[in-house]
Amino acid sequence: MSRRKSRDEYEKTFAFRFFRWLSGRKDPYVGEVEMQPQQERVIPEETIIERMRESEMIRDKIYDEELNRAARIFHRIYVGVAIFFCVALVGILLLAVSCLPPNGHADNPVNNVVSERYIESGLQETGALNIVSGMILTYRAFDTFGETNVLFIATCCVMILLMLDDAILKKEAASNDRRYEPKNDAILQGVAFVLCPIIFIFGIYIILNGHLSPGGGFSGGAVMGSGLILYVAAFGFRKTQRFFDEHIYKIAKITALCMYGLIGTYFYMTGANGIENHIPLGIPGHILSSGIILPINVCVGLEVACTMYAFYALFRRGGL
Amino acid sequence: MTLFQCLLMGFLIVCAICVSFSKNLLNSILIYMSYSLVMAILWMCLESPDLAITEAAVGAGVTSILFFATLKKIQAISIEKEPPKKEAEEHE
Repeated sequence: MSRRKSRDEYEKTFAFRFFRWLSGRKDPYVGEVEMQPQQERVIPEETIIERMRESEMIRDKIYDEELNRAARIFHRIYVGVAIFFCVALVGILLLAVSCLPPNGHADNPVNNVVSERYIESGLQETGALNIVSGMILTYRAFDTFGETNVLFIATCCVMILLMLDDAILKKEAASNDRRYEPKNDAILQGVAFVLCPIIFIFGIYIILNGHLSPGGGFSGGAVMGSGLILYVAAFGFRKTQRFFDEHIYKIAKITALCMYGLIGTYFYMTGANGIENHIPLGIPGHILSSGIILPINVCVGLEVACTMYAFYALFRRGGL
Repeated sequence: MTLFQCLLMGFLIVCAICVSFSKNLLNSILIYMSYSLVMAILWMCLESPDLAITEAAVGAGVTSILFFATLKKIQAISIEKEPPKKEAEEHE
């Protein structure tokens, strides 16, 4: 065991100063460097108005086409060049469309080995009736993981930009939340009361049936997120926070992303894409079938629903 | 069926032109919303219901609501039209 230092002795060491600086308890420059208090720069109001007037006068003189000959010529050239570029762009795009191969032809470059493989042996290898879902969540599960990460990072960036402190939120909660809206709108609340459960059930249905019917994690998550937004718009943030606050948001979001990562890693480690693996595929058509698609759909759905709701809440109020 | 699809396509083009020529931001968002809804019906006609669901939820729902929230935040939706007029009178 190492020698114990007294407190005075410890305060002289480098480690103490480093950790003090790291935790931000003491600014190393305060008290060490001579500082002058910052003076606020005061500009009288008359000066500001005069400057605005001057700049307006200058602007009027410059852009007056009768006085300024160069501006007139520039304006004409500008209009001509803009029209030319628009027409040229339309022409190039139409030319490109006319050079595309005809729709539904057998020799098209789309009909190659990859799509043939997906269509012919997709059902045996993934066990999903919905080929699109089976394709993006097993053959291209890594790809979809990147997309889910993009959603996560986008929400983090919006949080960094728009998140407010709890103290400010509490102060503004009473006055600012619905300054321009009628509180307790009867029509909106009545509609939301009927529609919200239906929207939630429809979203859950889309997510859970992602491998059997059209849809999947992204569509179902978007539907559920819209339902949450409708609920918030009708009943306010205080009622929503009873079942969905920042704590639950963080848990749901991070758990979903980590679960997707773990399931995907396991799937790839034990042999993916047609190699013999021991994840049971079940009987195609049953709700508990097709291996990893169902749990991954649930993860993606949670992630998307949380993202939609978080965007709205952060834009609207600056907090979840 | 083809006539119906052609009508919807024409509506899409009209919407796209109207969005860019509308002076009022609120109006252009509403037109954009209807554009997304028609697009969702078109996806349904093209036999891709999963895209239709996503388009209806994201394009017509969440995106326009985010636009509304942003407009409210930058105070582009004017509820009271009194204060700007007063300021203009003072400057004159």
